[in-house]
Amino acid sequence: MPANPSSESNSQLTLRHVTKRFNGRAGLVTAVEDISLQVKEGEFLVLVGPSGCGKSTLLSLLAGLEQVDDGSIKLDGADVVEPGRDRLVMFQQDALFPWLDALENVMFGLRLKPGLTDAERTEAARYYLDLVGLGDKEKARPHELSGGMRQRVALARSLAPNPRVLLMDEPFSALDALTRDQLYGDIQKIFTQRKKTIVLVTHNIREAVCLGDRVVLLSPNPGRVRQVFNIDLPRPRRINDPALATLAADITTALSAHLAEPKEGLV
Amino acid sequence: MKSPRALVPIVIGLLVLGFWEWYVRSGRVEDFFVPAPTQIGAWFWSALCDGSLASATWVTMRRLMLGFAIGAAIGIPIGALCARSSLARDTIGILSLGLQTLPSVCWVPVAIIAFDPTEAAVVFVVVMGTVWAVVIAVQESVLNVQPLYLRAAQTMGSRGWHLWTHVIFPAALPGIISGLKQGWAFAWRSLMAAEIFVAIIDGFGLGALLNAGRDLHRMDLVMGVMAVVMLVGLLADLIFFSPIERWLRRSRGLER
Repeated sequence: MPANPSSESNSQLTLRHVTKRFNGRAGLVTAVEDISLQVKEGEFLVLVGPSGCGKSTLLSLLAGLEQVDDGSIKLDGADVVEPGRDRLVMFQQDALFPWLDALENVMFGLRLKPGLTDAERTEAARYYLDLVGLGDKEKARPHELSGGMRQRVALARSLAPNPRVLLMDEPFSALDALTRDQLYGDIQKIFTQRKKTIVLVTHNIREAVCLGDRVVLLSPNPGRVRQVFNIDLPRPRRINDPALATLAADITTALSAHLAEPKEGLV
Repeated sequence: MKSPRALVPIVIGLLVLGFWEWYVRSGRVEDFFVPAPTQIGAWFWSALCDGSLASATWVTMRRLMLGFAIGAAIGIPIGALCARSSLARDTIGILSLGLQTLPSVCWVPVAIIAFDPTEAAVVFVVVMGTVWAVVIAVQESVLNVQPLYLRAAQTMGSRGWHLWTHVIFPAALPGIISGLKQGWAFAWRSLMAAEIFVAIIDGFGLGALLNAGRDLHRMDLVMGVMAVVMLVGLLADLIFFSPIERWLRRSRGLER
């Protein structure tokens, strides 16, 4: 299997003073303001916050689907200006193509990756379908799979072209609790095995603590970094682990305290 | 459980035909006005045997296929262009909408002036009947492609031509097929109009046959040809479009 290219620089993904505004009905709305962050190679970073904190906008910016208005985003020193294979995204809905079967869906990104033979592409696609536990479902169409399975195929599809960074936009929020817990396990297994750099966006604080090496708490209107928490719990972590629950409670407290503050106290 | 359901329309159909036959034969209506089913059947059989029906059907189908193919070949890229550019949508798109509402028989005088009563005139009318419906259907179905698919494909490195051929068209395909089906229906109608109005010496199609029946005051011929025209339209739908639509819907889980 293709090995992860090793990086010399410690900080792989760098955000400097990132600001993004949108034209809303009430005029110009600042979605994220002056966000500076560094994501290390092989780090699992989680952006967490209430709705309106700009976390999904931030992920779109990282994906290159939106452009920053101020500041810069760099991956391995190069500016992020457009979508690219080095930053693949798992969306809230699986976004699988209904006209392709599971294997072909996983092959989609691989086919666009130059320098591989078709046999290598098929082999890689099979490997990743196996990795997410769906080796026996390669001929299944998306509609024949459960929501959890579809999200697993989407995960395999995002991993297969071996991106530098995996971006996840609330990929578990539409799943039932049981499937979600399974996927937390799968993601952690893949994260530890493949040493992938991952940025996850979620509004679920417990999920954030369960998965992240670092949890960045964002505050809304406009989206800013409120506080950063280092999570030092050993992996694999279980969502129902008491230590994890305690940490999650701390972050929740920090968030509520912040939300209760008067708006002027923000700056 | 399937045979009783198929049996019902056959039995009802036979009953209606039987009543019709009896009604005409009993002399309650003149058979040059309303011929009996057996009289229409007799014409059908003789036209089938002497090859005139087959040759007329072939001439008509050839024109239809040609005109439909040209119409689709023009309509699909224009529809895609309209979906992509709002300028094209506000100009060609609106024009297409207007021209689609224009009954295609209105193109017959244009075609005769432009091409004289030739094969080209007939095909032109068919193209005009097809193209606007296809433009609108393609435009709408491309505009309705889920943005999420595009975002996902773009992050995986799909751009431009690849994005169109591997994501936009496959995603829009059910809508495009429906549009082609509609275009086909319009083409079929416009072709009949053209064949009735454009008298071409060398190409004797179903429409011309129908018109000949009028000249000869042969109601059996007229009704027979009408039945054939209906049958061809029905078969195109049952054999070609419906199976494709059903397969597309099934393979995407939109229908079981």
